[in-house]
Amino acid sequence: MEERKKTQVADMDRGVYDIKNDFEYSYIADAGLTEDIIREIWSNKNEPEWMLEFRLKSLEIYNRMGIPNWIPDISGLDMANIHTYVKPKVDMKENWDEVPEEIKSTFDRLGIPEAEKTSLAGVGAQYDSEVVYHSIQEDLVKQGVIYTDIETALHEHEEIVKKYWMTLIPPTDHKWAALHGAVWSGGSFVYVPAGVQVDIPLQSYFRLNAPGAGQFEHTMIIVEEGAKLHFIEGCSAPKYDVSNLHAGAVELFVKDNATLRYSTIENWSKNMYNLNTKRCVVGKGGTIEWVSGSFGSKVSCLYPMSILNGEGAHAEFTGVTFAGEGQFLDTGCKVVHNAPYTTSNVNSKSISKSGGAAIYRGLLKIGPKAEHSKATVSCESLMLDAESQSDTIPAIIVENDNVDLGHEAKIGRISDEAIFYLMTRGISEEEARAMLVRGFVEPISKELPLEYAVEMNNLINLELEGSIG
Amino acid sequence: MAELLQIKDLKVSVEDKQILKGIDLTINKGEIHVVMGTNGAGKSTLANAIMGNSTYTVDSGSIIFDGKDITEDAVNDRAKAGIFMSFQHPISIPGITVENFIRTAKSTITGENVRALSFKKELKEKMDELSFDTSYAQRYVNEGFSGGERKKNEILQMSILNPKLAILDETDSGLDVDAVRIVSEGVQRFHNEENAVLIITHHNQILQKLNPDYVHVLINGKIVKTGDASLVREIEEKGYDAYKALA
Repeated sequence: MEERKKTQVADMDRGVYDIKNDFEYSYIADAGLTEDIIREIWSNKNEPEWMLEFRLKSLEIYNRMGIPNWIPDISGLDMANIHTYVKPKVDMKENWDEVPEEIKSTFDRLGIPEAEKTSLAGVGAQYDSEVVYHSIQEDLVKQGVIYTDIETALHEHEEIVKKYWMTLIPPTDHKWAALHGAVWSGGSFVYVPAGVQVDIPLQSYFRLNAPGAGQFEHTMIIVEEGAKLHFIEGCSAPKYDVSNLHAGAVELFVKDNATLRYSTIENWSKNMYNLNTKRCVVGKGGTIEWVSGSFGSKVSCLYPMSILNGEGAHAEFTGVTFAGEGQFLDTGCKVVHNAPYTTSNVNSKSISKSGGAAIYRGLLKIGPKAEHSKATVSCESLMLDAESQSDTIPAIIVENDNVDLGHEAKIGRISDEAIFYLMTRGISEEEARAMLVRGFVEPISKELPLEYAVEMNNLINLELEGSIG
Repeated sequence: MAELLQIKDLKVSVEDKQILKGIDLTINKGEIHVVMGTNGAGKSTLANAIMGNSTYTVDSGSIIFDGKDITEDAVNDRAKAGIFMSFQHPISIPGITVENFIRTAKSTITGENVRALSFKKELKEKMDELSFDTSYAQRYVNEGFSGGERKKNEILQMSILNPKLAILDETDSGLDVDAVRIVSEGVQRFHNEENAVLIITHHNQILQKLNPDYVHVLINGKIVKTGDASLVREIEEKGYDAYKALA
């Protein structure tokens, strides 16, 4: 008999994701974190006075807060080595032709102009700390939709930004929320007026390029009563030897009877510490749908949270996490039911391989007022080999008796039987594994916009490449 | 007639226990062979060994297919060479639709790009022939399928992949009369002078439609008797006990 071939992990070529571009920076903050640096960022960005106060207060909170004891090991992260603000030498562009060549070539490799061509309503691409390219279709502007970078929003729509600014994720929430409050820069702002249906998705693309640069972008989306939006956030970062930190904040406000779908593929380079916070509050009859793909990064802690405050509000979470060699991805989601007749569905899938760890950590809380609420949580994990790690840590807190609750957790491996079956149909062992993994995440890929589903499949293929020795 | 499969003194073990204890079997193009025998006699082991399932270890002997020694070949290479196996218990594959699965298999085996539109048409025709609800093409492979639907799906794959040798491992087991008829008709349509069928079964339902050229009785890892179709009736009358003495 033929010697059994062993599955193993080769260092994958992350292709375009790891290409580093030479680029000149006009301003780079000193490494480390001091009050002077915060003042420098603030004055450099020409922000209102209240923002300086907010930043300094956040720094103070950051300095006195400890690191939570339950999170994965982040001892490789040294704030003294992180540059908190890197400003590229360009101002915001609304026309693709005006974007500098170096940045364009990076985006070209990531397929951004193509993405726009395929009828995306707007592109706000973030190169390091500031949005350098941005466009939005005219009819959306006519309908009163505001889609811009957060800095512009802070100047042109200061009252809206100020009203909502870090109300969902206060700096006191945790250490990196405080850090974010102190050093944030860049990010997207979307405002959809009442009743406006945005039929085509809005997209932003984040990318970190400078070695040692942290990224602290802030996303704020307000969907007013009866309005509808699909926002797509994509991330990828090149690979560097210096540890990188990402501590963004996403604050989503979904008003009564409004609907927001928030899709993300996070594909950080494998030296990234991704300590990101995402939160949404939903009004009466409103819906938040999270579609989340977590790839890359060295360590991730990411638990998008839905707070269902209005009667009949609904949350849907569909997520996939893929942890390979040297990765510890601690992801999941949190749902808080605060009103009667609220419903939520959580569907999480994780894959771990070559010693990687994929942990589902979730919270489902049904408060005393949330009678007649309905919630289901389903977590499935797939381990591709014996060295990999997978775990499910779902906390469920129910504070009233009138609740319909379902929970299911499954941990499995790819069976030899399944591989044999596919191979009897001519399919190679390598392709059989890839097919089974793609099949496993199919319920998530079908929720993604087509180009993202393709990207996710490509990422899976990249991750599985060379698994036959 | 042209020789398609030649098995020589094949000994096969599962977890250090020898199941097949020296099998000799030759199948020519155009023939239908039946292997009958009691549970545990080694019928499924024979099917899996021909297909190359790595759970089954070949201790000695050889398998020649289409003039080439395939004893050491990988499962997918055997499939590409033209061997197909219909599973006794086909597993389900979440997330992969029947259509995508068979199309991928077909393009892999033929080495040609299978065009989506013409494939859809072919798939629909073959499904209709098997009275297989065509909406199942968009369902995940075998997920939520009944036993009968799973077997139809196997025969569907056989008819589209068009192998030189089809091994049907207990394809008739657990099926009602109608399903057995549909499956048998499917095999009849598939069979021609250029291919061969190896049917593994422990009862004779499927054989009422298909007229085998050779019937082999497998007892305790050995073929103890080979005859023509009349052997099926003989087994029915005498029972397997009569053959145990030959083992």
